Amino acid sequence: MQPHAEQTEIGPRDTNYVIVVGGGRVGFHLAKELLDLGYEVLVIESDEFGPRSAFIAEQLGSAVLAGDGCEASVLEEAGCRRAAMLIAVTGDDEDNLVACQVAKGKFGVPKTIARINDPRNETLFGMLGIDVSVSATEAILDKIEMELPVDRLHRLLKLKHTDLELVEIRLPERGPAVGLHLKELMLPEGSLIILLVDNEGTPRLPRPESVLRGNDEVIAITRGNTEEALRRVLTGARDAL
Amino acid sequence: MKVVIMGCGRVGAQLANQLDAEGHDVTVLDLRARQFERFLVPTFSGRKVIGDGRDQDVLRDAGVEGADAFVACTAGDNRNVMAAQIAKLIFNVPRVVCRIYDPMREELYKMLGLRTISPTKVGAELLMQALQEDPAADEAGTHAATR
Repeated sequence: MQPHAEQTEIGPRDTNYVIVVGGGRVGFHLAKELLDLGYEVLVIESDEFGPRSAFIAEQLGSAVLAGDGCEASVLEEAGCRRAAMLIAVTGDDEDNLVACQVAKGKFGVPKTIARINDPRNETLFGMLGIDVSVSATEAILDKIEMELPVDRLHRLLKLKHTDLELVEIRLPERGPAVGLHLKELMLPEGSLIILLVDNEGTPRLPRPESVLRGNDEVIAITRGNTEEALRRVLTGARDAL
Repeated sequence: MKVVIMGCGRVGAQLANQLDAEGHDVTVLDLRARQFERFLVPTFSGRKVIGDGRDQDVLRDAGVEGADAFVACTAGDNRNVMAAQIAKLIFNVPRVVCRIYDPMREELYKMLGLRTISPTKVGAELLMQALQEDPAADEAGTHAATR
């Protein structure tokens, strides 16, 4: 449901101007960071949970507007017509969705970024024309997963517009791949080992003759559906909890 | 017609009661069970589902997949807008109607392709019409009816 170009109001854009909807912890620190990076920033805060906008004004100067960031009149007052980007980071997915849709649909803001709390909304937001959606829950889960000793495969990055991902796998002390040459591994289709790092942190480029050692970090490219097969080739059966 | 109604307030319940009485397959969805007791008539024979319509799994449980129509009429404009778009785009419900109080937001979503109703706009229009009626004619009508 993309608006037609002639129906949105597109004016000259101020490439430096960013509107942040939601002045909670995420919004506040984001605004601070953007200001440090030299952006012109305005935070729109509803004050639904207390006198938050006063606090932000005190901390960041005048970069705050009290109001509902989903309301067209508030976005107008905020200067949405000249903004290059709108980032909606309230705690409610529907509010972030609507703020981005109004910004894009009514004011033609070129780039909208939404925080998502329910990872299942990612597809929907993409379909609705939100340029980038960031799943807070997934980010936290990924970080925590990285610290869990049981799971030896960590997803480092998903490559946009493909199903490829960059993963890190730590080899066990002893395992099916330890002691083998790289060329002896039966990697799943589409998987590629691109870097080896030993336990002193020294990187080495993988060659067919490279020998895998216990506790090596293996950095690889794989697909979502071959991730588990790759892990099994390198580390064997899943560790018991 | 198989209809899912999200939001069992006065409007949602009235609509549910009416559709149910006409023999349609109705499911009402609300966060609070109390709303069902408050507003649905005792003869209501449809399904009542407790849950949050912003959650795709809850919508699936409520039978949105395969429904002929979905109506979003909770008190929150943004909730309605999000659920209506999920129904339309993820579950491909052929007829989706979305209540939006804020007239400006309503206009935008109409432009984006949702079938929207703004009670604010409709209500104000009806009040305006009532104000423009001739009070004498109205009085005469009332007298005629009571006589």
